[in-house]
Amino acid sequence: MCGIIGVIDRRRQCMDGTKIKEALASMDERGSGEGAGYVAYGIYPDYKDYYALHVFFDNIRENKAPLDNLLEKWGTIIHDEQIKTYEQPGLRKVHTPWRYFFRPDRGMMPKSTTPDEDIVTHIVMKVNSERNGALIFSSGKNLGVFKAAGWPEDVANFYRIQDYQGYLWLAHNRYPTNTAGWWGGAHPFNLLNWSVVHNGEITSYGTNRRYIESYGYKCTMYTDTEVVAYLVDLLVRKHGLSEKMAVRALAPPFWDEIDRMPAKEQELNRAIRLTYGPALMNGPFAICVANENSLVGFTDRIKLRPLVSGESGDRLFISSEEAAIRRIDPDVENITMPKAGEPVIGRVIA
Amino acid sequence: MKTLTIDAKDIHYTPLNQQIRAAIADGAKEITLNNVLGQRFIGDGLRGDDVTITVNGVPGGDLGMFMSGPTLIVHGNADHAPGNTMDKGRVIIHGSAGDAVAHSMRGGRVYVRDNIGYRGGIHMKKYLEKRPILVVGGSARAFLGESMAGGLVIVLGLGGVPPIAEQGVGSGIHGGEIFVRGPVDNLCLGNGTKQAPVTEEERAMIRPIIEDFAQSFGIDSTPLLAAEYTRIAAVSARPFANKYTLE
Amino acid sequence: MSIGSTPLRFRVTIDPDRCMNCGRCIENCSYGVYRKEGDSIRINSRNCVACHRCLAFCPRDAIEIEEKPGDYRSHPVWTREIREAVFNQAKTGRIISGGMGNALPWPIIFDRLVLDACQVTNPSIDPLREPMELRTYIGKKPSSLSIRERPGKDVELLTKLTPNLQIETPIMIGHMSYGAISLPAQQAMARAVHRIGTFMGTGEGGLHQSLYPYQKNMIVQVASGRFGVDIDYLERGAAIEIKIGQGAKPGIGGHLPGEKVCADVACTRMIPEGSDAISPAPHHDIYSIEDLKQLVHGLKEATEWKKPVFVKIAAVHNTAAIAAGIARSGADAVVIDGFRGGTGSAPVVFRDHVGIPIEAAVASVDAKLRSQGIRNEVSIIASGGIRQSADVAKIICLGADAVYIGTSALVAMGCRVCGTCNRGMCAWGIATQKPELTKRLDPETNAVQVENLIHGWTLELGELMGAAGINSIESLRGNRDRLRGYMLDEGLLNVLDVKTVGA
Repeated sequence: MCGIIGVIDRRRQCMDGTKIKEALASMDERGSGEGAGYVAYGIYPDYKDYYALHVFFDNIRENKAPLDNLLEKWGTIIHDEQIKTYEQPGLRKVHTPWRYFFRPDRGMMPKSTTPDEDIVTHIVMKVNSERNGALIFSSGKNLGVFKAAGWPEDVANFYRIQDYQGYLWLAHNRYPTNTAGWWGGAHPFNLLNWSVVHNGEITSYGTNRRYIESYGYKCTMYTDTEVVAYLVDLLVRKHGLSEKMAVRALAPPFWDEIDRMPAKEQELNRAIRLTYGPALMNGPFAICVANENSLVGFTDRIKLRPLVSGESGDRLFISSEEAAIRRIDPDVENITMPKAGEPVIGRVIA
Repeated sequence: MKTLTIDAKDIHYTPLNQQIRAAIADGAKEITLNNVLGQRFIGDGLRGDDVTITVNGVPGGDLGMFMSGPTLIVHGNADHAPGNTMDKGRVIIHGSAGDAVAHSMRGGRVYVRDNIGYRGGIHMKKYLEKRPILVVGGSARAFLGESMAGGLVIVLGLGGVPPIAEQGVGSGIHGGEIFVRGPVDNLCLGNGTKQAPVTEEERAMIRPIIEDFAQSFGIDSTPLLAAEYTRIAAVSARPFANKYTLE
Repeated sequence: MSIGSTPLRFRVTIDPDRCMNCGRCIENCSYGVYRKEGDSIRINSRNCVACHRCLAFCPRDAIEIEEKPGDYRSHPVWTREIREAVFNQAKTGRIISGGMGNALPWPIIFDRLVLDACQVTNPSIDPLREPMELRTYIGKKPSSLSIRERPGKDVELLTKLTPNLQIETPIMIGHMSYGAISLPAQQAMARAVHRIGTFMGTGEGGLHQSLYPYQKNMIVQVASGRFGVDIDYLERGAAIEIKIGQGAKPGIGGHLPGEKVCADVACTRMIPEGSDAISPAPHHDIYSIEDLKQLVHGLKEATEWKKPVFVKIAAVHNTAAIAAGIARSGADAVVIDGFRGGTGSAPVVFRDHVGIPIEAAVASVDAKLRSQGIRNEVSIIASGGIRQSADVAKIICLGADAVYIGTSALVAMGCRVCGTCNRGMCAWGIATQKPELTKRLDPETNAVQVENLIHGWTLELGELMGAAGINSIESLRGNRDRLRGYMLDEGLLNVLDVKTVGA
């Protein structure tokens, strides 16, 4: 059991993290105080052309130099600094969070059609699988993940997320089952511009992980959620599917529904299930996935986890509970419960 | 008669066979393929007893595979296994062919004017009225008629080449027969075979086949019909009968 | 000095108090154990193979069959079987042949693997209440889709899919030829697969005319002997399977003795009646991997690219690399037959000693194909030693798409696994061509039994998946996280990519 919330402003009007923190904290009953996190898009306008890498170092003296070297090998560090944190009584600081703004050197991957992304993905996978006291937990442009082991309000205060201005936010309140509450295991999970928060457990994880790993991704976080980020990256970025079709692949209609569809639709849906069978996610889940242009929420095919959405002006909200949405905006309208397996999609228009 | 000519230059075998099938469905009886070069599977699984396909060029392997009816005439050499698992029809090659010619052929005829490679006629078999025939004008390499279960192989040694000069002829043969013009060295014979000069009855049996072969290539059949032949066949129709004991 | 007699393998006794002298045992035994002498029934226990036909049809439960009533001096190295094999070959100087599958007590990996179930953190699914999808497609899948979406227009699929077989349960029946088994046995299984919506293999013996009504559920086999193979046969099948090898006898050919080639078998195989049907060890048009591609394409070209083509191999040491080669040949599925696979007849030295278990073979093939990014190119069909629904679930977790069953389908028709299929005297009418024995099988009754078996397994599979919180078989496939090894060594755990229990 976990609590999730996401909001997007379609006109990229920014909000600070204050209300998100309150909304997430209102779902404390869904968590256990062992993990919480936030991601905000639009927070680094001055460095928006560079990859913002957020890193947990176990030990600055020992672990930072190797990462610096690796980054310098693959590109240029434009700027780096410690992420400002503020001690909280309920939160033990076991890592030092750091941020880099990084520009990959395209010439290093001459065969790739997307060299920048592939270089960053490669670095993330390499660093995180080697486990040498450094973990890159955020790697997109003009966005940043802030997470730790603790209650939502403590984590928010630790990073002072009210100081960040974003047009798209995701937040997560964790009740861990598969792995203890370590910082890397807190949500959101991020790769490039994809971020994911997830409530539930993916029973198909073993299948999904082996599928995604055959495409060069490495699952390094000891938890099922990270595959979602990689699956979406594969389906949308690499295979060019729309978010809607990607969700169709991850939570497809049942065969008896497909069998009743008109021929052309049937052919499409059968092809999706045949091709992306190993990407199908099973078990209970409610998930919000975001990139710089969109926020997508969806649940498993038999709706084992809760998800509601609502709208207010240019803003679309998605959350585990309606009450959390109303914490942010009491006047939210069109509260709906999306159909199992069907995505709610909010997309920027400006 | 409906005829059709296809320029096969640089056409992949699938569209080529599709064109052939479409032409036959359309009633074509004589189809000529020009500029064939390396296309495999020409005539694969094709039906049509009264269809003749002339192949000008050098076709790729498995010419006439699973074919059931048509006649394929090749002006050029063929690659490996022409007539592979063929059921009915004819493959007439004005040239030589590669290894495993007439592999597992059950019916029909394969005529090769010149020479064939290794394992010609391997595992040919017969069934009811179906009796496959392979005739080679020149010579055959080793393991001719290996594992043969039925049918007929004739090697003529035209053009001054010895028809058989290598090992393993008829190795594992358990049905069918191999006729070779002239004497055969025992060293060339494979396991489980025996040889004997042809009887008059056998000579009468192969006579019309040799005449037909000669006619196909415009060769004078007189010296071939007058020649001596050696017949190679299985010692036993049950070569494995004494191999096993029950658990 | 001759070797003399050896101890009885079985001792048959009839309880005189229960026997009513009805003679059914005499009628039913095809091995000549019973005979009537005057008013009494005499027994020759030495002929008994423990097929239990007599026992099954004794109306009074009067018959008892005891295994190894007398034995040799026990010895851990010189087992009874070893000693008797020596006696046998000392007498005959021949190769020992046997039936059924591997008869050595190798450890069974399936029995050292346990499945998972949900507790608290995710809910079990009751397959009777909520959807449970076992539908499986066998064949090549694209690695990605190209889809065009335009506002106000239908979503367009630009990728063209190649033909796949659709099965409603991941259980098919493997290739047992007419010749190895009887026609009524094939007919029963054909009816069963037709009703269930799955498939069975013809074996390499051709397709008998009486099975034409079920041809849409038949996979026609092309083996090295090419028996019964012509263009009509290829066109009849729903798919075509190239048999390279068989788990019970990897690396060697087959040999159906003339005695089993009755008129009808001859007609189906397209060979003369009473002649030996010899399948060479290799296909003589396949001496290398590119030749396999040639045959795959030859079969597809002959059938105008309308049929999936499978390639079946025996599980041997290098199976993973071989399967990767097959995946590149254009084949749509690779069938892997483990060393416990059955056979009508095989040299015992091969049956018992050559090849590797299916569990390890499937795990390594799946991993290899994934590591090369070509898992989607072929489906994996596991065969050889699938005995129960748990085995099906476990092998799918290890990476198989579907299974072939063989022996278990025969057992569903009455087979008692006596292992004398090679003798052609099967009292149950299964592994024989003797008309007086084959008529013992009723295709309809036996079809129902085979259908029941597959239905029961399918229900169990749904329950196992539901308990694991999975409602679609795609999510079980290759999901090794839902397996744990119990008392398996580290090397094997690594090959299986499975954690130990407790981890």
